[in-house]
Amino acid sequence: MNPITIIELYVFVLAAFVGYQVITRVPPLLHTPLMSATNAISGISLVGSLVLAGANRDTASNWLGFIAVTAATINVVGGFLITDRMLKMFRREPKPAPGGALEKKTGGAG
Amino acid sequence: MDAREVVIQAIYLAASVLFILGLKSLSRPDKARLGMQQAAVGMALAIVGTLFHHEIIRFDYIALALILGSVIGYPLGMFVPMTAMPQRIAISHMFGALAATLVGVAEYRINAHVPRSTMAALGFEVLFGGLTVTGSFMAFGKLQELITGRPVTYRGQNAVNITLFGVAVAMFLYLIYRPETSTVFYAMIGLALLLGIFMVLPIGGADMPVVVSLLNSYAGLASSATGFAIQNNVLIICGALDGASGFLLSILMSKAMNRSFGNVLFGAFGSPPALAAGTEAKDLTVNSVSAEDAAMRMAYAGEVIVVPGYGMAVAQAQHVVRELADLLEKRGVTVKYAIHPVAGRMPGHMNVLLAEANVPYDRLYDMEEINSEFPQADVALVIGANDVVNPAARSDPASPIYGMPILDVDRSKGVIVLKRSMNPGFAGIENHLFYAPNTSMLFGDAKSSLTRLVSEVKAL
Repeated sequence: MNPITIIELYVFVLAAFVGYQVITRVPPLLHTPLMSATNAISGISLVGSLVLAGANRDTASNWLGFIAVTAATINVVGGFLITDRMLKMFRREPKPAPGGALEKKTGGAG
Repeated sequence: MDAREVVIQAIYLAASVLFILGLKSLSRPDKARLGMQQAAVGMALAIVGTLFHHEIIRFDYIALALILGSVIGYPLGMFVPMTAMPQRIAISHMFGALAATLVGVAEYRINAHVPRSTMAALGFEVLFGGLTVTGSFMAFGKLQELITGRPVTYRGQNAVNITLFGVAVAMFLYLIYRPETSTVFYAMIGLALLLGIFMVLPIGGADMPVVVSLLNSYAGLASSATGFAIQNNVLIICGALDGASGFLLSILMSKAMNRSFGNVLFGAFGSPPALAAGTEAKDLTVNSVSAEDAAMRMAYAGEVIVVPGYGMAVAQAQHVVRELADLLEKRGVTVKYAIHPVAGRMPGHMNVLLAEANVPYDRLYDMEEINSEFPQADVALVIGANDVVNPAARSDPASPIYGMPILDVDRSKGVIVLKRSMNPGFAGIENHLFYAPNTSMLFGDAKSSLTRLVSEVKAL
């Protein structure tokens, strides 16, 4: 194992800064999809778990890797699907028809 | 670095960019879906790229785990109803933290000599990871009502929690000094798991938005620490994004509840505030209203502002709310929705439910946007909300929620409150809004009250 270098701290601090700036601009309207989106993205821990599950170091490592890959995959698959499902529901008001009362369209997939 | 490693790193870099763009797209509701689909492509690339990692020599465990994870993840993504979203989000924090913790354990086991800096990362990883695993599971249990949603408190609880936390930190520091003491490492994980349970025990349902955000942040920090330990930049980046997001949401939520941020960081929510303002409302009278009268008042109003709360989610009344709003709009009434940041059990809970019921998002207004409009509204229709509309937060320094920003429904010309009974809400804080002369109470389950309102408006 190699000691941690200062470069990694740079990456962390800059990424946290970018994250903070980007996420500040997410309106409260989308805070729930934001949570599920960050959850899905955190499934990237798969990159560590996959190596662990496939490196064949010993039986215990294989099984630890197996559980870790399962857990992370649940977040990736479930997280992206549910985020998409939620974002699909957010829609703008249909443009009012010129003249006359507006008969609102309420159909469409939920 | 051989050619294969360069390609993998390039893929990770591309994935990181796609993730950041995906989160950025969430600032625009009309662009968000596409942005997140691109992020999903980034994820797929990163996974495929990783499979070419030179250390991976067998694929049986990987294949089985990917299949099992997909089989569990698919229904969690496609079939969980929107009303169950808070517990769904809570349990996914658990999965994320579990993956991080297990990678940490495996790395520690297999490496005979762990450098101190790596030990710091691993310690951080399992400490925060372990705490998040059980903490999230507890939050899930409370939200799913497997265990009581009320705060569980006992004497000296804070002292116990702080002591346990102190011991865990001491173990952490000792491990950095002597990384090879594996008993301490495993004991620390056990303690972290215990801490997660103890931390969430005293927290009541109404505080869940803060807790869920905080656990989101912890899960992110744990995966970032994994990235440090296994020297993987894409993990550090994603963990930092996740951590920043959860951190920011916890700040926003705690501000919306007027709690100090230090209070949130240490999870020391303590026991609910004393029942201070509970008695003084005894001799006040309540105006109750029939569904017929309430429907009449709304049907002839110029503007109605709907204020949803957790009660709407419990009664799953969002579709009937939309139906009522449609009927009112057909009669020329302007209908808007006022959303308090902590209404419900997680950030944005009400928005998702109303979006599910096909309410266009331009009708959903944040607290700051809508508060100045209440004086012009003829009717504010409060559906299962309590503390977020309690005027004591503005006027009564003795109230436990004094200082919390609220929706100023009491300033509208008339208020109609849909409520199950006169039982006070979370922490038993009396709400004087319910006794105000311009307030009328319509008692009953939110959904059946709304259904009655719908048929009354139709009959007009």
